Amino acid sequence: MNGLAAIVRKELADHFSSYRFVILFALIAMVSLITAYMVGLRIRGAEGELKPQFVFLMIFAERGAMFSLVEFVAFFGPLVGLVLGFDAINRERNEGTLSKILAQPIFRDVVINGKFLAGVIMIAVLLTAIVLVITGLGLAVVGVVPGPEELLRVAVYLVVSIVYVALWLGVAILFSILFRSTATSALASLAVWIFFSFFVTIGASILANALLGQATDLRPEQAMRKIAAVRQVALVSPMELYSEATATVIDPMRRSARSFIPGGPLEALSMTRFSGPLAFGQSLLVVMPHIITLLAVTVVCFAISYTVFMRQEIRSL
Amino acid sequence: METAPVVLSTEELTKVYKNQTAVDRLTFEVREGEIFGFLGPNGAGKTTTILMLLGLTEPTSGKLQVLGLNPTREPIKVKRKVGYLQENMGFYSDLTGRQMLSFVADLNGIAPAEAEGRIQKALETVGLADDAEKKIGAYSRGMRQRLGIAELLIKDSRVAFLDEPTLGLDPDATQRIMELIQNLARTKGMTILLSSHQLHQVQKVCDRVGIMIRGRMVAHGPLEELARAKFGVDHEEYTLEEIYMKYFLEA
Repeated sequence: MNGLAAIVRKELADHFSSYRFVILFALIAMVSLITAYMVGLRIRGAEGELKPQFVFLMIFAERGAMFSLVEFVAFFGPLVGLVLGFDAINRERNEGTLSKILAQPIFRDVVINGKFLAGVIMIAVLLTAIVLVITGLGLAVVGVVPGPEELLRVAVYLVVSIVYVALWLGVAILFSILFRSTATSALASLAVWIFFSFFVTIGASILANALLGQATDLRPEQAMRKIAAVRQVALVSPMELYSEATATVIDPMRRSARSFIPGGPLEALSMTRFSGPLAFGQSLLVVMPHIITLLAVTVVCFAISYTVFMRQEIRSL
Repeated sequence: METAPVVLSTEELTKVYKNQTAVDRLTFEVREGEIFGFLGPNGAGKTTTILMLLGLTEPTSGKLQVLGLNPTREPIKVKRKVGYLQENMGFYSDLTGRQMLSFVADLNGIAPAEAEGRIQKALETVGLADDAEKKIGAYSRGMRQRLGIAELLIKDSRVAFLDEPTLGLDPDATQRIMELIQNLARTKGMTILLSSHQLHQVQKVCDRVGIMIRGRMVAHGPLEELARAKFGVDHEEYTLEEIYMKYFLEA
């Protein structure tokens, strides 16, 4: 690949030296640290009261002050992707640097591949740094050394998070190709993020109410149907997909990605009898569809950007 | 001059955008080592022609070749040998001059050790060695143009397309750029396609000129030939400006 390394090097240098990135990193690192610290204190406070399993993972999954770390990344991770990508192509187009690069002996797709790759590297560095810092903090505050399974779960969590943020990077790059103005592409990607992250979740219950009635005295099977419908709609949102996936991966006590499971007396009995943690492989199996869907959406997003970019004509200004 | 081989030629080259014809059955050629003045009003299709010659834009119809290569089919090979200075320069304003040049060298696959020497030499040739560590954002227009010339030196281009390199420059800077361009052709044997509105300067440095109006090449050849064609046999001393205006008003 001619020039791919050159583009990636240039993009990485740009990212690392941009104020935008420093501010974002500082913000996210700060919130993560505070959350992890609060959780740490909580776990310490609960010492002796209960016998928690997988204490190390609780740092990620437990709610400290307001939200758990996993929830925080689900909410604000996308912002990192958007900020890294919203002006990737159109800024270069506006400043005329795009045709300068394209006049060099490189294939056109190298530009977009390089930008996406550099963005993914940035995301990976950022998330890995945060997870490592929190791991360190966990060791210091709680004093628990993570076991191999816990590390494995954190690693999977990390990979899924990178894919999730890369998805939003892909969305942002797509808009930077579609729109000439950086302000428009920034707003468009924000709008899509807000729509899919918040409105879809709210809209899901509204839609279910509209379809299945708002009666309060629902029979159990009606209630279950309604819950299932809400979930179906809500899973359109990548945030919902990601939250279910990571919550299950990070919390071995969760045995299903769903929040409600229909159960008769026998299921209830089995739940109480066998309330042990899920094996790592089983947890992974439960959320495999989620992970694959996230990956697929990311790939589709990038593929659309790629095609549109390759077809766009370079014109004189 | 006539015996020099043709390095670039087009034949009935046409480019139609959605509703307008930007380049209309353009036929011309440029020979090795010459400076070809590519003239015409804004929007005549000069930049579009250059973009097609670089393989950045696909022609609608017609033939073209650069150094024996078809730019539409083999853009990478063409771009390896051809340098292009676009009208707005297209430099990253937050890079220093030296960083920008090493990025270009990197994109051209020049090894870092080799690039370092070439960059230093090029910077000295264009007189930017003292400003190499300044950000391009702080460069004047003339300095940016000279940085562009340094880029051509680093690529060691055999052919260079210069799109309005003297646009908005003061007379002193214009003079300097023109001298550098002449040097490229005389000492490096670089073939140069120079698009410019500064007809006085073009007349001084160009071997042959082509006048393009509304997508059509209305005339091309050595200056004296054009003068003779328009004003008669005994009028070879007309300035390019007069010739150009005559063609322009007739078109």
